[in-house]
Amino acid sequence: MRILSLAGRRLAASIPTLFLILIGVFLLLQLAPGDTVDALMAQMGGGDAATAEALRKFYGLDLSVPAQLGNYLWHLVRLDLGFSSIYGKPVATVILERLPPTILLMTASLSFAFFFGLVFGVIASRGVNRWPDTLISTLGLIFYATPSFWFGLMAIVVFSVYLQWLPPGGFEDIGTVQTGIWRVLDIAAHLVLPTLTLGLIFLAIYLRIMRASMLEVLNLDFVRTARAKGLDETHVITRHVLRNALLPMVTLIGLQAGTMLGGSVVVESVFSLPGLGRLAYESVVQRDLNTLLGIVFVSALLVISVNFVVDLLYARLDPRIAAEG
Amino acid sequence: MDAVKRYFRSPAAVIGLILLLLVIAMAISAGLLYPRDPLALAGRPLIWPFSNPRFLLGTDNSGRDIAAQIFYGARISLLIGGVATVIAILIGILVGAFAGYYGGWVDNVLMRITEAFQTLPNFVLLLVLVAVFGSTLTTVTIAVGVVSWPAPARLTRAEFLSLRNREFVQAGKTLGMKDVQLILGEILPNALPPVIVYASVVMAVAILLESALAFLRLSDPNVASWGNLIGLGRDVLRVQWYVSAIPGIAILVTVLAVSLVGQGLNDALNPRLKSR
Repeated sequence: MRILSLAGRRLAASIPTLFLILIGVFLLLQLAPGDTVDALMAQMGGGDAATAEALRKFYGLDLSVPAQLGNYLWHLVRLDLGFSSIYGKPVATVILERLPPTILLMTASLSFAFFFGLVFGVIASRGVNRWPDTLISTLGLIFYATPSFWFGLMAIVVFSVYLQWLPPGGFEDIGTVQTGIWRVLDIAAHLVLPTLTLGLIFLAIYLRIMRASMLEVLNLDFVRTARAKGLDETHVITRHVLRNALLPMVTLIGLQAGTMLGGSVVVESVFSLPGLGRLAYESVVQRDLNTLLGIVFVSALLVISVNFVVDLLYARLDPRIAAEG
Repeated sequence: MDAVKRYFRSPAAVIGLILLLLVIAMAISAGLLYPRDPLALAGRPLIWPFSNPRFLLGTDNSGRDIAAQIFYGARISLLIGGVATVIAILIGILVGAFAGYYGGWVDNVLMRITEAFQTLPNFVLLLVLVAVFGSTLTTVTIAVGVVSWPAPARLTRAEFLSLRNREFVQAGKTLGMKDVQLILGEILPNALPPVIVYASVVMAVAILLESALAFLRLSDPNVASWGNLIGLGRDVLRVQWYVSAIPGIAILVTVLAVSLVGQGLNDALNPRLKSR
């Protein structure tokens, strides 16, 4: 219960941040050349000034900026993100449709990066300054420097064009209607390359942190005690060192949640996945500012919820945090 | 002097420095080696690399020399990376110094703003900024700088928090020095080294951010940038994959060089940590 109230307090503290972001981006978007009506008129193939006037009135764009902001926030409290004139649907609907691929992609990439980062980090720290460590650390540096979109394109060339093992893009095969397990497998096959592409840079970061954290914990007194008790090395590592070394890794998940969401914009564009990131890109190109603002809101919300979960995990890994509350 | 010696003892740091100097040399010599406009048509489109001595790295989809674009692209990447880093570090130092030195409500307000910037994914903010202010070289550079300042700000703040109650600061206060004098003249020089080292991380990320933006065709299309070229090469990826592959390697090498130099500097300046 203590943990929950602690994490809950942090969650409540992030509400002002959320409003700060929304107000900031809302005011910023007022400076953008052209508004929703301009975009709409361009799509209709032009129109006279009277129509534009009527449309502005309809969308509430004739009001003063503070009044518009107030309107927007008031609608937002009721979870109404406004209307996307480009998609002809409420923004909330558009975003909800695009959310599942992004969440799936992010979860998969995070699991991939976390798991292999942990494994490689442990291996590197066990053979510090010997060849496994040198190899892993060098690979980590190279992965860190690799632009994700470029890695994605090269993966498409190798695995989709030459080897033809995996599909080059899309979320699922739309040529055939599949159900049940076959659909799951089909989606999984489509997500392999995007997951690797998005996860690569995080794998590099995680393995570096895990290695440093392992080396730090391995020098602590309680590890010596555990060894002195006569525990075998596997036991010492898995039961004593790992749990303590995991703390910085978990912190990193919260810190990197935003970066990962930003990375999915690029990765989804490379693999033409119909996700939130691609929607962000499309709404910039199409000047659909309402949708863009909605995406800003939802991505901030996502980052805040990831941090909430991280807080809970953190307290679970280190009971002292909850006790100090 | 010790630090310099320590730097050159690490092979990784030396390799990083050589690679970085190589990229800088490319940027400087671009005008000499390729006096023509790198975005002008030069020959037949889609010549494979090493097949025509006139175009060592081949030509892209519209017949522009890839090698020339790589050399000029080094200028753009270093320029955007460098200037954006300076902007991010300056804002970061300013915010971090005030928040850390004054504490209290100043700290509260500034950290709330920092938190807001960190909660919003920086690439999404970058998209918003580009949507609002357009994508010229100047706006993209400033935008990349503006999304990158929170981390240096936090670092500076932490340094200021640990330094502001030291004796030399108190001595300065007793002597009647003004706050600005104390912040800029006394504390900042002591807080600077870790921030400068961190600048390498900011620069690496800035180069990657710009190239991703260019790849999405949201950066300045009128300059020869590596990201632009990768985006173009995407149209002919199935067969002429080299159009995308070559500039990607250039980005990889540059970012790798910047990170290696940063790590080398870090190890050289904090020798205690090096033994790990």
